[in-house]
Amino acid sequence: MGIRQTLDNLEPHFHKGGKYEKFYALYEAVDTIFYVPASVTRTTAHVRDGIDLKRIMITVWMCTFPAMFFGMYNAGLQANDAIAGGFSSLGGWREAIVMLLAGSHDAGSVWANFILGATYFLPIYLVTFAVGGFWEVLFAMRRGHEVNEGFFVTSVLFALTLPATIPLWQVALGITFGVVIGKEVFGGTGKNFLNPALSGRAFLYFAYPASISGDAVWVPADGYTGATALSTVAQDGMSTLMQQMSWSDAFLGFIPGSMGEVSTLAIFIGAAVLLWTRIASWRIMLGVLLGMIATSALFNAIGSDTNAMFEMPWYWHLVIGGFAFGMVFMATDPVSASMTNKGKLIFGALIGVMTVLIRVANPAFPEGIMLAILFANLFAPLIDHFVVQANIKRRIKRETAGITNEETV
Amino acid sequence: MFEHYLSLFIKAVFVENMALAFFLGMCTFLAVSKKIQSAIGLGVAVVVVLAVTVPVNNLILNYLLREGALTWTGLEGAESIDLSFLGYLSYIGVIAAIVQILEMFLDKFVPALYNALGVFLPLITVNCAILGAALFMVQRDYTFGESVIYGVGAGFGWALAIAALAGIREKLKYSDVPAGLQGLGITFITVGLMSLGFMSFSGVQL
Repeated sequence: MGIRQTLDNLEPHFHKGGKYEKFYALYEAVDTIFYVPASVTRTTAHVRDGIDLKRIMITVWMCTFPAMFFGMYNAGLQANDAIAGGFSSLGGWREAIVMLLAGSHDAGSVWANFILGATYFLPIYLVTFAVGGFWEVLFAMRRGHEVNEGFFVTSVLFALTLPATIPLWQVALGITFGVVIGKEVFGGTGKNFLNPALSGRAFLYFAYPASISGDAVWVPADGYTGATALSTVAQDGMSTLMQQMSWSDAFLGFIPGSMGEVSTLAIFIGAAVLLWTRIASWRIMLGVLLGMIATSALFNAIGSDTNAMFEMPWYWHLVIGGFAFGMVFMATDPVSASMTNKGKLIFGALIGVMTVLIRVANPAFPEGIMLAILFANLFAPLIDHFVVQANIKRRIKRETAGITNEETV
Repeated sequence: MFEHYLSLFIKAVFVENMALAFFLGMCTFLAVSKKIQSAIGLGVAVVVVLAVTVPVNNLILNYLLREGALTWTGLEGAESIDLSFLGYLSYIGVIAAIVQILEMFLDKFVPALYNALGVFLPLITVNCAILGAALFMVQRDYTFGESVIYGVGAGFGWALAIAALAGIREKLKYSDVPAGLQGLGITFITVGLMSLGFMSFSGVQL
């Protein structure tokens, strides 16, 4: 009970009038990492389950781990492959760490790949966490709310959607936008209307397109350019893509791309846990999947001579780009998605449809899931409104029908 | 032909959304977006006004104002008359007249909506989106058919945007916005973020 006692001894200093009154949010954050809050429901309880915001957020955070670890391994694998192909490594302090811990750029060694990938992912994650955490705590202190675990999720999702070579100052800028403009100006977790991680990424995407899209950013090796699967198809067609990679490669994740997005399998492992614990809504995931399948089937049926993206079948759409990651982790964000059951299906379908639309019909952007989710976030409250109105109408109808029946009987 | 009209419509609704791509019609967009019901009402009013004014202004341009447009009168020297300097004046006049008629119609038949819209209905007259659509029509040389489609599309896009904004603002009622940003401030930020979402269409070639 050492920690409990220490925390209890410290607590009075953080209360109103105490020495560190301003830092109460920090104390509270540390306290709830170790212990469940002591507050209990006093009036008629509506609690059906022991799960709370903290457990939900930590579960989502842990569910990203398969994708995260595979992402680190794959980022290293891609770079080591390129280095074996004659490109030089980017050097610097990363090189020193790799040499110290792994000793080589051997693409056959899991350890060497993992270490190299980690030297790219961990700094990005650290910067995200430090800078984003700074804003969280600052707003929590100034505005008197609590720092909560939601930021664990936002930070890891943001870091996982970035390419390995992105400059760290841009990471700091992106997460600042996401946390401050995307979330904190609305009052913090649960009060925003856009997914904070995605709004941060979208900000970077439009502000510094050269560092986050194109062919040169995905593999951290000097001068190496390798297009992502989506731009390969857009430029050269499906047959070129199939020569470069097999479907199972893309499913397992041995392809260049944003760090956390590459392995559909690793993401699905996380998705299984999320669905089993009922933290993520299966309706949203199903909606996204169905919307995507329907739209890609439509484009397959129409066909086009000039645009190779029309031919891409749905099972390819599923495994390349950020589709799986967006469907599992981003679209299911309970704050920015629709709240009603029917609304969740519609919301998901809108994302699926928009993703394929942007991928296929918009030559400006090779990938569409990020913008599709942001777009659907805008309409989520409106969808809920109409679902609720329809329910009210149906019930009034049933009510009045019931009354007339009783009268006649 | 149908495909051409369809792509023009989609372009007017999404790619060149009046509110979120051009930021036109902001005064009413920000002021009447507190409730979904009245936002949809105003949206419908804007659709109707645009669907009527753009084609009517198109006729006025092509049969009265453009150089040589008066040839049909058979007057001597009519080929060389160019009244296009009267453009702004006539477009805004037509818009004002049609809004007036719409207002009388709503007052008589849909008083609930009339009261909900309040002063913003007459203000549609000076809604930049309405005049903007007329001027885009002139600049892009739309035919009569195209201007009908464009008017409906531009209005529908604006209505969609204001309905979405109203939905978000109803949700944001439960938010805890810093004192300095409450009201219009946070609405401006919201609209900016919405426009980020609408960026998904920029670059679409139709």
